[in-house]
Amino acid sequence: MSAPAIEVRGLTKSFGALHVAQLIDLSLARGARAALIGPNGAGKTTFVNLLTGVLVADAGAISLDGARVDRLSPAARVRRGLVRTHQINTLLRETSARENVALAIAERDGCAWRMLAYRRVWAACLEEADARLADLGFGASADDAAGSLPYGLQRLLEIAIAISLKPRVLLLDEPAAGVPSGEAHAIHTAIDRLPKETAVLMIEHDMDMVFRFAQEIVVLVQGRVLMRGAPAEIAANAEVRTVYLGRSRP
Amino acid sequence: MSVLSLLTILLDGLAFGMALFVISVGLTITLGLMRVVNLAHGAFAMIGGYAGSVALANGAGFALAILIAALAAGGAGLAAERLLFRPLYSRGDLPQALMTFGLTFVVIATLTILFGTAIRIMPLPPSLAGLVDIGFRAYPAYRLFLIAAGALLALLLWLVIDRTMFGARLRAAVDNPRMCRAIGIDVDAIFATTFAAGCALAGIGAVLGAQLMPLEPYYALRYLVLFLIVVGIGGTGDFRGSLVASLVLGLIDTVGKYFLPGASSYIFFAAVIGLLLWRPRGLVPGPSQ
Amino acid sequence: MIARAGNWAMRAAPWLAAIAVNWIAPDYMSLAASVLTMGLFALSLDLALGHAGIVTLGHGAFYGVGAYAAGIFAIHVWADPLAGLAAATLVAGLVGAVTGALILDTSGLTLMMLTLAIASMIAEFANSARDLTGGDDGLTGIRPSPVLGLFRFDLWGHTAYLYTLAVVFVWTMIAWRILGSPFGHSLDGVRQNAARMRAIGAPVRMRLIAAYALSAAMAGTAGALGAQATKTVSLASLGVLTSGTVLMVAVLGGMRRRWGAYLGALVYVVGQNFAAEIDPFRWMLVIGLMMIAVVMFFENGLAGLVDLLDRRARPSTGGGK
Repeated sequence: MSAPAIEVRGLTKSFGALHVAQLIDLSLARGARAALIGPNGAGKTTFVNLLTGVLVADAGAISLDGARVDRLSPAARVRRGLVRTHQINTLLRETSARENVALAIAERDGCAWRMLAYRRVWAACLEEADARLADLGFGASADDAAGSLPYGLQRLLEIAIAISLKPRVLLLDEPAAGVPSGEAHAIHTAIDRLPKETAVLMIEHDMDMVFRFAQEIVVLVQGRVLMRGAPAEIAANAEVRTVYLGRSRP
Repeated sequence: MSVLSLLTILLDGLAFGMALFVISVGLTITLGLMRVVNLAHGAFAMIGGYAGSVALANGAGFALAILIAALAAGGAGLAAERLLFRPLYSRGDLPQALMTFGLTFVVIATLTILFGTAIRIMPLPPSLAGLVDIGFRAYPAYRLFLIAAGALLALLLWLVIDRTMFGARLRAAVDNPRMCRAIGIDVDAIFATTFAAGCALAGIGAVLGAQLMPLEPYYALRYLVLFLIVVGIGGTGDFRGSLVASLVLGLIDTVGKYFLPGASSYIFFAAVIGLLLWRPRGLVPGPSQ
Repeated sequence: MIARAGNWAMRAAPWLAAIAVNWIAPDYMSLAASVLTMGLFALSLDLALGHAGIVTLGHGAFYGVGAYAAGIFAIHVWADPLAGLAAATLVAGLVGAVTGALILDTSGLTLMMLTLAIASMIAEFANSARDLTGGDDGLTGIRPSPVLGLFRFDLWGHTAYLYTLAVVFVWTMIAWRILGSPFGHSLDGVRQNAARMRAIGAPVRMRLIAAYALSAAMAGTAGALGAQATKTVSLASLGVLTSGTVLMVAVLGGMRRRWGAYLGALVYVVGQNFAAEIDPFRWMLVIGLMMIAVVMFFENGLAGLVDLLDRRARPSTGGGK
């Protein structure tokens, strides 16, 4: 059996007396579709920051395809295939949508250091970006500055950039939060069509979204994994219902 | 090296440090508290200093000259805040840096066209010009006065900023202007007053420190690096950082000049770079943005 | 096709005009060379500040380092101007790489202070290393040999001008190429949002160091050209005023605009030359006011203003890039 796409063992972090992550274990196989849920303050954001390297864990190991990455910088982890989307917009607002994607492609292919061969290399990046955006139904908006796009398209662009990096593991941080329902459809479609081989972990509040997407759900409460299992098990679990689902679902 | 001469060096360092503090504390307010990249701090100081020297030349006393310097620099600051700074508050570091650099040129040019290129003479009153017996030796009264003035200013600032409603409102206005407007705080007035106060302090500092940093056409540029360094090392948190930074830099500079006269400016700038890299956000860092 | 040919003509015309200056304005050769040198210097700043977003108040240091390196090289090693240029470019680039590595993980105000402090320290070094630099008397006695061993620097400055133009042309072509490359686009990305660039795997700090070193090397070339043209280097070339001046030129011309640096240099250097003879402080007043006006009202500088007039003149020709 090959190593899991991502494996987390005993991840621990505290800020003083506040234990924000306690011995978290998590393992996703290639192509997994999992969701991370938990009430506000459960440590979901901290967990994502620990995975991506924005925060450094006090203890624990993170491996991608069996290789440790927990000592690497955030950017180096991205180059190893651990990619996230952001809850709030972090797009390059003055740059066109296609160039936003092309930049990611350039980084992925390692050609972003190329200084003098501009026509050919950059044109190739743009061409792939155009294909990616057309695929997601961007149409004529691809040339618009990212900051001027409607909110839904901005979130879609965020996903397009993440896919362009060809991640092994993709962390989707509330991909549809704040998107008007009229524009949400395109995002749902994009999520349904994420590459089969990529392991995806969705961090989400919206239970409809979670149950629609996930084959496996991890419940995080107070920095610990309360339980994990198939959606049906989670929905049926009394403890989960009291700490979490009880508040959003009758 | 006797203990007494070491004490004298320390006292000299303290006096120079306080001079630095007095002259850059206004910048701690505009750049530190209000977070405006104000490269024109030296220009406002110059306006005050020139006004003070004109007053002295026309027979005003030292105290009156300081008041006039404060009013001139504060008035100029008030006008500039209205016309030039306010539209730039939301536009980031670079436009502010560039505009204030241009403003510095305008002030230098205008003052020089009006007053010529000679150094402005700033005679001390007789009570400060002499020496005072401090037990183990006679020491220049002016330096003791600087130390006292610096300490007094620090105390006043602490009272106003930490202990009054105005200080609380100012901090709130900087952190969240929209919220403050919503609850009825007059943010514009607070910013205008505070900015003018920072400039007035610059004017006072220019007169007080004129013996160590003489007023001449390029004053605003020559000492700009020094003012910025004080605030940069002190951190944008509050004036206490600047106080510590001024004293540390004053001591490093004075001790360096005394023991290694050839290398003192290296030591100074090496210390500056070291301190900035060690504490990139200053000794008393402001809230992260 | 027509648009493309027009595009090429637009890009070539200023260079052709610059060559023509050699015959049109033979009395102003040294002034014209200064415009080009300042333009190159401002272009180097545009790369670091305009594109990569490195807010530096100490760019004069690299100009000065290049000037001193070229001067010292010419006096002590080899008088060949191109070799001197290469040496200066290399030294300035190296200083840029080393100082960049030291300071480029900071940003904002701290970065401004650090650039200022490092520039001040380099100036202090030049001041105290009198044996090498001549201290505050300046460095004199630079006598470049003929360019490529063929073209002597003539009394009227024709050789110096055409030599400067050739060097500036080469650097500008390289700079434009870099700005259109993936690397150049990634710098624009870092300026807008470094966190986003990290999120797509970009080694942001390394890329900033590369941009800074490149920009420093370019500024060093400009300094070397200045030293070879005036045959002297003064301490002022390293100073705050040099750093401030190049900031003004870049902003005045318009940052991130193809011709911005050269437009700014043209206006600044020519204005300086004529106005400063009459009264340097009145010129300073004008420059200061222009600077304020540009920041407050014309964010894109003179290049933006030219665009605006162009659009007025031809109201309905949208689309063509």
